[in-house]
Amino acid sequence: MELREQIQQVIDNEPVALFMKGTPQLVMCGNSHRALEALRAAGAPVTAVDVLPDPRYRQELSAISGWPTIPQVFVGGELIGGADIVEELAASGELEEKLSGALGGDYRAGRDERVVALAAV
Amino acid sequence: MSVERLRGLLVDAFPEAEDVDVLDRTGTGDHFLVTVQSTRFSGLGLVDQHRLVYDALAEPLADGTIHELRIKTKGD
Repeated sequence: MELREQIQQVIDNEPVALFMKGTPQLVMCGNSHRALEALRAAGAPVTAVDVLPDPRYRQELSAISGWPTIPQVFVGGELIGGADIVEELAASGELEEKLSGALGGDYRAGRDERVVALAAV
Repeated sequence: MSVERLRGLLVDAFPEAEDVDVLDRTGTGDHFLVTVQSTRFSGLGLVDQHRLVYDALAEPLADGTIHELRIKTKGD
């Protein structure tokens, strides 16, 4: 499968997709850390994708989203924003509203945090 | 990149802005916090608000001059 198609599938199929530098176990960037912690605090079932293994991951992602920086957070297939927006939404309570709206009120009961790797093409 | 130059790009892009503030977070000219207050943001979602700021700074973001950018936008 083409790289762009793989990324699109993650966006479309994962309830909460976090494209980040590093993994939740080994975060390699302060902004990725901020986004991850805001999502965790809201109880979001995060699926993380590390963009660092290949620069093309980031290029293709930004081509899809039109968003130039990492991290990028998608909920129910929709771009929510980067670290600043996710933190702002978390602080105002809107993040939990968005999660409930997109995933249902029991979204916290969803599966645990996980990591998916893109396959080199 | 200097704070003055970054601020200049934002003022050019948002001439109507009530407030444009740039903070060099690390003193190294590549990690910035920018704050823009403009009526252009009114009625827009945060994603679209931040997109306008990214558009204004597309060049220094693309060429790596800005390594990290934090954005705070405010409507009127």
